[in-house]
Amino acid sequence: MLATKYKKEIDRILEKYPPEEKRAAVLPLLYLAQKEYGCVTEAAVREVADLLDLDPTQVGGLIGFYTLLHGKPEGKIRIQICTDLSCALRGAEEFAEKICENLGIKLGETTEDGMITVEGVKCLACCDKAPMFQVQDAEGIHYYENQTVESAMEIIEALRKGDRNA
Amino acid sequence: MPEHILLRHRDIPDIDQLDVYLEHDGFKAFESVVRETNPEEVIETVKASGLRGRGGAGFPTGVKWGFLTPGVFPRYVVANADESEPGTFKDREILERNPYQFLEGVAICAYAAQANVAYVYCRGEFWDLAHELERKIEALYDRGLLGEDLFGSDYHLRIYVHIGAGAYICGEETALLESLEGKLGQPRLRPPFPAAKGLFGKPTVVNNVETLTNLPPIINRGAEWYRSIGTERSTGPKVFCLSGHVERPGNYELPLGTTFRELIFEHGGGIRGGKKIKGILPAGASAPLLPATDEVLDTPMDYESVPKVGSQLGSASVIVLDESVDIAWMAYKTASFFKHESCGKCTPCREGTYWMYQILKRIPEGRFRNTDIDLLNSVAHGMQGKCLCALGEFSIMPVISAIEHFRPDFEAHTGDER
Repeated sequence: MLATKYKKEIDRILEKYPPEEKRAAVLPLLYLAQKEYGCVTEAAVREVADLLDLDPTQVGGLIGFYTLLHGKPEGKIRIQICTDLSCALRGAEEFAEKICENLGIKLGETTEDGMITVEGVKCLACCDKAPMFQVQDAEGIHYYENQTVESAMEIIEALRKGDRNA
Repeated sequence: MPEHILLRHRDIPDIDQLDVYLEHDGFKAFESVVRETNPEEVIETVKASGLRGRGGAGFPTGVKWGFLTPGVFPRYVVANADESEPGTFKDREILERNPYQFLEGVAICAYAAQANVAYVYCRGEFWDLAHELERKIEALYDRGLLGEDLFGSDYHLRIYVHIGAGAYICGEETALLESLEGKLGQPRLRPPFPAAKGLFGKPTVVNNVETLTNLPPIINRGAEWYRSIGTERSTGPKVFCLSGHVERPGNYELPLGTTFRELIFEHGGGIRGGKKIKGILPAGASAPLLPATDEVLDTPMDYESVPKVGSQLGSASVIVLDESVDIAWMAYKTASFFKHESCGKCTPCREGTYWMYQILKRIPEGRFRNTDIDLLNSVAHGMQGKCLCALGEFSIMPVISAIEHFRPDFEAHTGDER
């Protein structure tokens, strides 16, 4: 249960907003749910709704709207490559294609071991350091800039082995 | 080398450390406004400086503050750190490398707005820097630079970081407020504007990160000094984000009114691989594409001059396209962006961005037809002026301008038409 396991963290989050406006805490709580369960499960939606006195639909509706919230488990590690205009001008589409090729998947798919999902995403405000990607996992989100296919594959393999400092 | 006013870490690399920031006049401006001036005077100084919003709209900052409904409290200040316009990456550098100047700007704005709580709305992707920013804010409480009874006065201020979850539309200020309230990030009908009914229904100022970072130097050195930089109506320094086919992409802090030519060829080192320049998107995906004529290249980048050649300065995210770029492909990329980012609230935008994308997707698929060019124009013009916020309006600009200036690039895809 989020309410017991993360009590301190939840209190710290709720403190930021006026007591009568605690709905504002829904995104931070959904991140906690994602950390705990790997994705925002239906049960997690109800837990968060209970914590904030909301209807589950008010919480569940957010999942499809915000790209960093995930309703399905997919890969433990999400490699989110920016393939938007500025990055594409500097080779990001070919970069993404090669990463996928190396992993034996297509963009949007997950490796057979359930570890890695590769996604093409919109601008990450890092256009001058393309190709680049961010990694989203249970712990958070981290940027990797000025990448080559080789350097990216090294990072992905290290992450696969659980080395988050790669 | 002229000094950096916003990207100050380029001159003082450790300025992200509080001690170093304090050694370089850090929090002197905030202390002086709290000790010596009343909020109205701060607003007057910012009005006099000519500072205009750096998030894209270019609205005069002090005037925006002046719209706060008198006598209604509490009030809120929200820093818009949802930077997500394609080609824009200036706020991230400021937040990562010069965070205390930004936070001091938030504090000055809050004092001027008579707000005791400020939120920094960071896009979710800025996870690492948002958490670092929370540690920086903690350091300010520890030093008595935030919190209760500031500088012996009865003014108190708390700043909280709020992390978004991935939605471009949340950069639009009313969508940002909805998102901060825990709802879908969809724009509100205006009026009322946030200055009357903003966060939690209270009078609110929403300002961009770069805008707020301008405040400490304006307070320290005065409005007149600030006006000496830039042009008469577009005052001050601006961080120009240069990306695409240039030798040296990156952020360049230059006075407003610097020409495209100087930015691209002097600072950016010219076009990569010695190729020729073909087009410029001066404001990311959200303004018309300009053909790189001499007239355009010699245009000063300020809020008045760029519209005269048919586009907008916006957030000054300059994307450079060389001669190898197929402009029809560029239109496909921007359409793909807006189709993904339309929030779905207004039908013309939701449907229009979808259909522009469906039509333009035929380009990479090799199914583009000659009649599709007019169809695109028709869909785009059908959306014009019919949406609550600017996103729908933005989405058609690169497409219409691409067809207008580079129609042969589209026609080249229609060869197989049967």
